[in-house]
Amino acid sequence: MINRRLFLSAAAAMAMTVSACSGGAGGNGNGIVLTNVSYDPTRELYQAINPAFATYWKQKTGKDVTFRMSHGGSGKQGRAIIDGLEADVATLALAYDIDQIAARAKLLPADWQKALPDNSSPYTSTIVFLVRKGNPKGIKDWNDLVRPGVQVITPNPKTGGGARWNFLAAWAYGRKAGGSDAAAEDYVRKLFANVPVLDSGARGATTTFVERGIGDVLLTWENEALLAEKEMGKGKFQIVTPSLSILAEPAVAVVTENAKKHGTQDAADAYLRYLYTPEAQTAIAHAFYRPRDAKVAEQFRSQFPAIPMVTIDKDFGGWGAAQKRFFDDGGVFDRITAKK
Amino acid sequence: MSRPRSTTEGRLTQIVLIVLALAFLGVFLLLPLIVVFSEALKQGLGPFLDAVHTPDALAAIKLTLLIAAISVPLNMVFGVAASWAITKFHFPGKSLLITLIDLPFSVSPVVSGLIFVLLFGAQGWFGPWLAAHDLKIIFAVPGIVLATVFITFPFVARELIPLMMEQGKDDEEAAVSLGANGWQVFRHVTLPNIRWGLLYGVLLCNARAMGEFGAVSVVSGHIRGLTNTMPLHVEILYNEYDFVGAFAVASLLALLALVTLVAKTILEWRFDLHHTGAGH
Repeated sequence: MINRRLFLSAAAAMAMTVSACSGGAGGNGNGIVLTNVSYDPTRELYQAINPAFATYWKQKTGKDVTFRMSHGGSGKQGRAIIDGLEADVATLALAYDIDQIAARAKLLPADWQKALPDNSSPYTSTIVFLVRKGNPKGIKDWNDLVRPGVQVITPNPKTGGGARWNFLAAWAYGRKAGGSDAAAEDYVRKLFANVPVLDSGARGATTTFVERGIGDVLLTWENEALLAEKEMGKGKFQIVTPSLSILAEPAVAVVTENAKKHGTQDAADAYLRYLYTPEAQTAIAHAFYRPRDAKVAEQFRSQFPAIPMVTIDKDFGGWGAAQKRFFDDGGVFDRITAKK
Repeated sequence: MSRPRSTTEGRLTQIVLIVLALAFLGVFLLLPLIVVFSEALKQGLGPFLDAVHTPDALAAIKLTLLIAAISVPLNMVFGVAASWAITKFHFPGKSLLITLIDLPFSVSPVVSGLIFVLLFGAQGWFGPWLAAHDLKIIFAVPGIVLATVFITFPFVARELIPLMMEQGKDDEEAAVSLGANGWQVFRHVTLPNIRWGLLYGVLLCNARAMGEFGAVSVVSGHIRGLTNTMPLHVEILYNEYDFVGAFAVASLLALLALVTLVAKTILEWRFDLHHTGAGH
């Protein structure tokens, strides 16, 4: 009866695995756990912020706090929270994705953006170009991106948050250079004709450009460009600052219904407010995001050159209008890619 | 004198085919495998062990083993039951059942994952009921188990159905005519007949359960240390530019696959022996 012995030992091994796992997964202790559902390029930022906040919270309240992080494309992460991923805080690439959580799942109030300073956006960034060392294609500004033979890497604005900022920055340039919306549309059509790969998120696009060596120029977050430059060693890539860009305002919010359920409201709120303190703002600058705090910004002035920037609220009428006009089905993005 | 010529031609074709097959295998299977292990050990054994020893990696390994430990026995029971029903009885809807068993093979894993989100997600069919009873399925371990069970559904049944069809039901009928009850027939007649095929199916099922990415990615929520399986953890580490870590975890997965492969080969060998021994 070899088979019976085999089955018995297999069953025993499985039972042991199960018990080992249930022993390991439980250990919450007496502290609380905050689940932060975020977008792709904030991995390094929250790796620095979380332990600092845990120390701060321990000093202030005597309680332990540990973190669960989840990262992915901003739209996808927002969708997951709507579908039941129990985030205590959402730290996403754009306010629109949090608006969607408020509208579709009613997990936080519709006016969530008023809960924290600066439109609930403790750090900002902008869109820049990353090119290969020595800038072999001589890319200096947006008009160089539509030259024949220049390959532009940017993710799909239908799925990625950063990708939508890229698109709107390009649009703003097209409108300023051509003087009309028709000229802007013509410009972005030519631009997307030069895109060989549409990744689904900002990190995927960076990997395509940096690791797989595809493309001449990567349109990306300034923080992502600085990180790629640092992580891959100085000298392989260089950043080109365009003449005009867009102020990207990633947004943070307590997902109040989830936090209520978990009893983590106070900690979640304190966690997001902590992002505005000088310590956190310094960590934010070290992670290559532009800090809101004027003093910290002054210290890091050389890292973040001044660029004329359009904003989503003033120049595009807010995310609701921009999303509908440019990225929803049948919008401008569908129109320009369909005619390619 | 046409015979020797045709043999030499045959031999040439043989050589070409063997070389082609080996080259193909080398480029598409062996080379990636070597890359995985060499990248993992690029900076020596120390960083490799460090990468595997992080709490997040350990949690991912545990979760993957747990998922396999739940979904494989489930599919083993289902597989035996389904193949038994299909091969030993006649009933209406039999061919429909056979087709349904194959469904997970033909549906894209992403769709399989989304099915469960649409069913059990907060906005899904059963979402409000689950929320009211404080039950978590999606973005928690039960969801990952469901997706894995769905994906690995066909392996055991697909292995057993042809085998049991070939064996027919003469042995069982003989046992019944000698007065055995249903359970005795299964334990003493059917199970010994199918044991190697069953074990083979279970191994394949296990390999897929540990390696599944697409469906699990949709229902996991990617919370580190909680709902991150090994394949998902590999992707996360890679996206963090932690290539040694990514390949270290990937090499563990590959190692598990290799162990399965060796076990499979041994089983195949025993299986053949058993088959010839039994006079088939």
